[in-house]
Amino acid sequence: LCAAADVQKALGDIVQKDKVVVFMKGTPAQPMCGFSNAVVQILRMHGVDDYASYNVLEDSEFREGVKAFSNWPTIPQVYFSGEFVGGCDILLQMHQNGDLVEELKKLGISSSLLE
Amino acid sequence: PSRPVERSIRTKLTDQLTPDHLEVHNESHMHAVPPGSESHFRVLVVSSQFEGLPLIKRHRMVNEALKEELSSCVHALAIQAKTPEQWGSNPS
Repeated sequence: LCAAADVQKALGDIVQKDKVVVFMKGTPAQPMCGFSNAVVQILRMHGVDDYASYNVLEDSEFREGVKAFSNWPTIPQVYFSGEFVGGCDILLQMHQNGDLVEELKKLGISSSLLE
Repeated sequence: PSRPVERSIRTKLTDQLTPDHLEVHNESHMHAVPPGSESHFRVLVVSSQFEGLPLIKRHRMVNEALKEELSSCVHALAIQAKTPEQWGSNPS
């Protein structure tokens, strides 16, 4: 079994393990790219602090594996309940049109924008 | 100056998505790359092919059209994908 297949299997487990999973460049405390930072800021605005984030800059094999797993060519990538949501543009548009509040509700997370 | 990547992005999106309106912006100068780079782009695509499709599918169509560029020189691609109706009510 090659390493690439192991990465794909691990990713399948990773996206199922937590309700909200973000693959990004850097960490929420220290994003290394404006697009990754935008995702962190949007989640923060909704009061979503408790999510799993994975830094793709730590391992190029992991980074390429994430792109292949999602069939999505860019980072960041956001997953809700094991489902691929999209990248930074999609999350931003969902934030702007109110869909994000609804999707968080489905996860049992009440957006702090509702308070 | 010749901009081969920008031209190729424009051609592929035009051919594959038959947009009513298309904007391709090279935003590489806003990033730490050498002058004249073609690494960071923003596209606005208005196409009736997007009608009835969720954002994720629209973006996948754009990504698919540009997969060659995205796997080589283009590091970042910001996408706005709108239907003609959405574009009509909010042309930004």
